[in-house]
Amino acid sequence: MLRDMLAIVTAASRLMVGQSSYRAYCDHMAAHHPDAPVMDERAFFRSRQEARYGGRGGGRCC
Amino acid sequence: MRKAVVWGAIAVLGTWALAMVALARGETVNAVWVVIAAVCTYLIAYRCYGRFIAQRVVGLDPARPTPAHTRADGLDFVATDRRVLFGHHFAAIAGAGPLVGPVLAAQMGYLPGMLWILAGVVFAGAVQDFVILFVSMRREGRSLGELVRLEMGTAAGVIALFGTFLIMVIILAVLALIVVKALANSPWGLFTVAATVPLALLMGGYSRWVRPGRIGEVSLLGMVGLLLAIMFGRTVADSAALAPWFTVSAVQLCWILVGYGAIASLLPVWLLLAPRDYLSTFLKIGAILALAVGIVIVAPPLRMPAVTQFVHGGGPVWSGSLFPFLFITIACGAVSGFHALIASGTTPKLIANERDALFIGYGAMLAESMVAIMALIGASVIDPGVYFAMNSPAAVVGTDPASAARAVSAMGFAVTPATIAAVAHDVGEQTVISRAGGAPTLAVGMAQIFSQVIGGKALMAFWYHFAILFEALFILTAVDAGTRACRFMLQDLIGLAVPSFRNATGIVPALVGTASCVSAWGFILYQGVTDPLGGVNTLWPLFGISNQMLAAIALTLATVVLLRMKRQRYAWVTILPTAWLLVCTLTAGLLKLVSSDPKVGFLAHAARIGAAIARGEVLAPARSMADMRAIVWNDRVDAGLTVLFVAVVVAMVLFGLRAGLGALRADRPTVHELPGQAVGA
Repeated sequence: MLRDMLAIVTAASRLMVGQSSYRAYCDHMAAHHPDAPVMDERAFFRSRQEARYGGRGGGRCC
Repeated sequence: MRKAVVWGAIAVLGTWALAMVALARGETVNAVWVVIAAVCTYLIAYRCYGRFIAQRVVGLDPARPTPAHTRADGLDFVATDRRVLFGHHFAAIAGAGPLVGPVLAAQMGYLPGMLWILAGVVFAGAVQDFVILFVSMRREGRSLGELVRLEMGTAAGVIALFGTFLIMVIILAVLALIVVKALANSPWGLFTVAATVPLALLMGGYSRWVRPGRIGEVSLLGMVGLLLAIMFGRTVADSAALAPWFTVSAVQLCWILVGYGAIASLLPVWLLLAPRDYLSTFLKIGAILALAVGIVIVAPPLRMPAVTQFVHGGGPVWSGSLFPFLFITIACGAVSGFHALIASGTTPKLIANERDALFIGYGAMLAESMVAIMALIGASVIDPGVYFAMNSPAAVVGTDPASAARAVSAMGFAVTPATIAAVAHDVGEQTVISRAGGAPTLAVGMAQIFSQVIGGKALMAFWYHFAILFEALFILTAVDAGTRACRFMLQDLIGLAVPSFRNATGIVPALVGTASCVSAWGFILYQGVTDPLGGVNTLWPLFGISNQMLAAIALTLATVVLLRMKRQRYAWVTILPTAWLLVCTLTAGLLKLVSSDPKVGFLAHAARIGAAIARGEVLAPARSMADMRAIVWNDRVDAGLTVLFVAVVVAMVLFGLRAGLGALRADRPTVHELPGQAVGA
């Protein structure tokens, strides 16, 4: 119960700054593109960083 | 049965609390009643109105796959737990807006602001956020501009894009102005905020090379650095050698910010922007939670009257009467058009099930509204005399405690020079007089509340600078992220004519885009900083008008979509708030243009100053003829911007009417929902 809550808080905090779940990414790649190359955790981190601040779609409120 | 009892109890408690707040006359009301009234209102609104919209009006379909499933890619489109997504969405919509607007609105007393925040969020703000989220979710998470083009035509899409760009520019200028007002001639404040730049660079290096991806770790290190910076700031402020380095005038600060914005938007994101975003986001969430806990523990009485004489106009903080100006002064927290951009941004791509959209769209906006209520409480727990001394322009209250106390007491809020000086001393500042813009006032309120929980008077200065840092930090993050977003928006706009400009990586488009954006908001910021009337007075209404107009555009889109879905029976849900926003913003816009009161109307003000120039007179607070001509020029620019906003919103409503009437005449639904392809198909 407590561990679940901690996991949610951690995931929410990371998503707040644009970092979606690496595990979800790996699961997706394994399920749908088993033959495609998979980014390692560091590359994934950087790609999410670019996606958040690189311009399009990002931004936040006043 | 048990449910009915619980909801009945919530209804009774909420009504009782509202009655306590609204009907108590001549005795102080405790802030806890305001909190209870707000929370009960939110619960009932969510349970009744929110569910009604979800089930009947838009018809959420739990069986229908969301973009997170149909377009799943593990990156942008990921089915996400609704609690996790709520946090993400809330952090994206909650910014400086809900903290500043209510503080400024407190000049009319706490009651008008509170009632508008509650009614506005339930019937307009949360409805807008939720329905736009729904519309975007049904269209593969498209952005607002694309949604307008899809449902209302290409021309409408371009106008919406242009309107959004204008609003971005105004928002950036206003936010930067708030920082300038808070940090000018405040070595302690400026030092702590400046310290975040090297701190962020260190954090950037750490998470690039040392331990990539460890956000919690690096943020914790950053937080320790921040606390040290706040503590060391006092030493800087007290030191004869260091203090002058961090004591800069408003105009200097304006240039520093412009330069900073330009550099920050060109630097690689991992170096400065990302680490600063970690600090500001977590500090923001933490400070908001702490404020909520603090208010409940301390249970401070509200010292601001429920209603002041300024409801009829003539207030020193901002000009104009309750209608329409209160409704544009408080935008975020009641209804904010900017949220339509967020609700059509990353959030719709992450929703796991359509059913979750109510909790995330409607629910997160209710939470933001609570932030606005807390800001209103923060401004209302301080001595009203101090509030008016802090928020009135120097032209009204002068610059020393004696003149400020005299001017404010003459308004009917008795205060002594000693009280004003004591507040400045308690928070470790030279002066608090005429620090308009909301942030310093809220910081005093927060410092009062926090110091009663931890540290007492001794820590008051620490808490004040903590609060200033918290506000300045996320405003600055919004400024650099916003400049970047603004630059891409401009590149897209220019790209409509010159396709090569859309190239996000090209150095020429990047430089041209950045330079244009920074000079656009820098120009308005400079105008606000040098405005003898204080700038906030002039710029905040422009911001409010533009933000509410974006909301009107978003709600017009929502209405068109409902009509296209053939749900005209329920279209009143979005038509009513659209109409209200149009009435408020168009009235406010027209008053700003044609009012004969120079305090309200830009053109009347220009005419008054122009007449003085013709007579060869210099009117205080201008000091020279050049000042006078600058004021006239500023007034005309502001009037021009207002005309543009009014034109954009009128055009959008006409497009909306055309699309809506066409949809009504059609005998079947004409929506452009994108069902999306199932993955692997």
